[in-house]
Amino acid sequence: MNIDRIASHTSDTNLSRRSFLAAGAAVGGGLVLSLRLPLGRSEAAAPESFAPNAFIRIGSDGEVVLTMPYVEMGQGTYTSIPMLIAEELEVNLKQVRLEHAPPNEKLYVNPLLGVQATGNSNAMRGAWKPLREAGAAARTMLVAAAANRWGVDAKTCRAQDGEVIHVPTGRKLTYGELADDAAKMPPTGSVALKSPDEFKLIGTPAKRLDTPAKVDGTAVYGIDARPPGVKIATLAQSPVSGGRVKSLDEAAAKAVKGVRQIVRLNDAVAVVADHMGAAKKGLATLKIEWDDGQNANLATDDIAKELEQATLGPAAVAQSIGDADKAMASAATKLEAIYQVPFLAHATMEPMNCTVHFRGGECEIWLGSQAVARVQAFAAKAAGLPPEKVIVHNHLIGGGFGRRLEADGAVRAVEIAKQVDGPVKVVWTREEDIQHDAYRPYWLDRISAGLDEQGRPVAWKNRYAGSSVIARWLPPGFKNGLDPDSTEGAIDLVYDFPNLHVEYARVEPKGIATGFWRSVGPSHNVFVVESFVDEMAAAAKQDPVAYRRALLGKNPRAKAVLDLVAEKSRWGQPLPKGRGRGVSLQFVFGSYLAQVAEVEVAKDGNVRVHRVVCAMDCGTVVNPDTVQAQLMSGITFGATAALYGEITLKNGRVEQTNFDTYQMIRMNEAPAIEVHIVKSTEPPGGMGETGTSGVVPAIANAIFAATGKRLRKMPADANVLKQPV
Amino acid sequence: MAFTVNINGSPRSVDVDGDTPLLWVLRDVLGMTGTKFGCGMALCGACTVHIDGTATRSCITTIDSIGDSKVTTIEAIGATPAGAKIQQAWLEHEVPQCGYCQSGQIMSASALLASNPHPTNTDIDDAMSGNICRCGTYVRIREAIKLAAQASGKAG
Repeated sequence: MNIDRIASHTSDTNLSRRSFLAAGAAVGGGLVLSLRLPLGRSEAAAPESFAPNAFIRIGSDGEVVLTMPYVEMGQGTYTSIPMLIAEELEVNLKQVRLEHAPPNEKLYVNPLLGVQATGNSNAMRGAWKPLREAGAAARTMLVAAAANRWGVDAKTCRAQDGEVIHVPTGRKLTYGELADDAAKMPPTGSVALKSPDEFKLIGTPAKRLDTPAKVDGTAVYGIDARPPGVKIATLAQSPVSGGRVKSLDEAAAKAVKGVRQIVRLNDAVAVVADHMGAAKKGLATLKIEWDDGQNANLATDDIAKELEQATLGPAAVAQSIGDADKAMASAATKLEAIYQVPFLAHATMEPMNCTVHFRGGECEIWLGSQAVARVQAFAAKAAGLPPEKVIVHNHLIGGGFGRRLEADGAVRAVEIAKQVDGPVKVVWTREEDIQHDAYRPYWLDRISAGLDEQGRPVAWKNRYAGSSVIARWLPPGFKNGLDPDSTEGAIDLVYDFPNLHVEYARVEPKGIATGFWRSVGPSHNVFVVESFVDEMAAAAKQDPVAYRRALLGKNPRAKAVLDLVAEKSRWGQPLPKGRGRGVSLQFVFGSYLAQVAEVEVAKDGNVRVHRVVCAMDCGTVVNPDTVQAQLMSGITFGATAALYGEITLKNGRVEQTNFDTYQMIRMNEAPAIEVHIVKSTEPPGGMGETGTSGVVPAIANAIFAATGKRLRKMPADANVLKQPV
Repeated sequence: MAFTVNINGSPRSVDVDGDTPLLWVLRDVLGMTGTKFGCGMALCGACTVHIDGTATRSCITTIDSIGDSKVTTIEAIGATPAGAKIQQAWLEHEVPQCGYCQSGQIMSASALLASNPHPTNTDIDDAMSGNICRCGTYVRIREAIKLAAQASGKAG
């Protein structure tokens, strides 16, 4: 337990000095608190003008409404974020209601991303302190208002369940009755936050607020938007990136009952109809000839070769410790390998869609987005309008995983809507969705290690190449050839490596768009690092858990999760023939996670993941039910990628089309998953992506344990793993 | 041409081509958006409805194939004993994450429970493997079906 850290949690915070919180009367009555989520170290040090980006409104009816920039995409944010306010404000969780924030890049910036977006597992990390402080400040003002009305000392009053109680007399006033008065209270000088042992709500398995609507079919996703008079469109986009429509025969499509209009763009054709059935039928009858352009002959192997070449050229130094070259030269054993991970599609269950009503001077948009301000900015550009003339209605997201951080779907829908009279909902077929994604980048690593006589690592060198999504998506984040995402999990390793040198070469492959994909940079880096550490253990003829453990002298939290997962997975106990266990360990997204996968490799080379056991230290757990759900989710997502995930290009075209050629793990293949959580009072770490990055190497290492075959290229290939007949 | 179909106990008339999938009649013509589009090829189960109690993929079920059969959707499944138990179990186990596939999951699970009050793990695999969940809620779906089956046991 870290005493200093707890002390900092509970120390007084001078709100007026930090000026990140203001209070006043709400329009229509009640108290409104405006707070600013910090933008990182620089702003915390020198706050200038106060521009709030989250709002808490306490109405005269006692309802607490929170407006904040994070969006719900299944990760439980709409429940765990209100828990922070409810805890300090002393209200029932059910009294807190969340509202989607409208797009405003200046106001609703994500403190850890620097833009209004939900991603990188950081909603809880960004909100943890400021929202509890806001809750505490509101409580303090409500108590002061009650004390003032009764003419008593505020110290004799306490808040409980949405009421202030005067303890000596038992008098009570509800927050609703006090909200107007509280708005007139002078700004609060300082508030004390609860210590972890005082938490009533944080750390309890709260029921999710969004569940009932998701069980009875009433939840409204972007694809469910139905503005009056809406038409439905579906589209064919150029199968090759950079291609153009050469010719179009639309006669048969126009004859389909229900088809209203064919929209031709430079690089896409859309069929607008009364319903999707007619739109799809119309699309199928279109005769489109494409000019494929300069990527007409592109294949995945070309990109892999380009990346491999790049690992021999100049690269940016991401981290350097000691002298890896010198240590390597004198190592007793040297290991070298090339690792590769494929392009991956997101395949969210809700296919890409966006509804747009373009009215000349303004444009209204309905969709589910992880980055609503980006949608507004990009849509405005496509519409030829200033951003304030673009109204965006955000909705629940039927799977994000990074896909809905992009605005391409909105741009496309605006391009179509500009030619349509009235609102049009553009719904991509599953085939369009899989073939026109912003894919997890293909990465290639040239990695080497030197071991001493005892098998201990003396040198670690890694030079890898691939796309920097940050450089495109958030250009200021890419500096000196590096960005924090491409390097996360490749540097600042949990292990004591005396000599380490890691370099990154940015290569943007032509002809395929890349984007953030659940667990982003670590989805690649943790696979490579944890597979290669396993190779080192094997070369040293040591047990993979014991080998890692010996390298964790400076890292007690990593050691604790590794020990726990070894115990819970019965590491070292015998397994039936054909089965193997593999371990992985990571510190990414601010959380420590160790996983053990147990797999079975059949004679035909097919892999079955039977069981995954994980041990997590994600700091303070806000909602343990969500932590368990997110780990199960991330693990299944990663296991799907490890077994099946691969997007390939041939003649510039994505070869996969639907769930038959881009397979998902299903119920009959779903592993049993055990989640064990280490108790901690450290600040919360990220949750939504950790399971994904860690399970891939755990599976690969388990396959090695079962077969002796090392998978250095994902996904698992049955042809490589099958036994000779 | 015009078709009249019994949906959730009411006759509904629509004027579409006979080869129009039921999914789009529900979502786009009748505005019943609880049934979801996922793949259009009966590969993912998001569009599952019941036709005469049998779990059916509405994305490949043409409107002219339905005839007098009774269509039940997520909007009305709670009125059936099995559907109500499944929905309650889904709430108790906090199954949904993004939730998009859950209408289809609940329809498949309800059909299973109605025909088989005490499904084994293999029965669950067989009935539910046509429904993809990208959020990986499979562990909780299995637990919830078992909980609903226990509720069936107590009830009868």
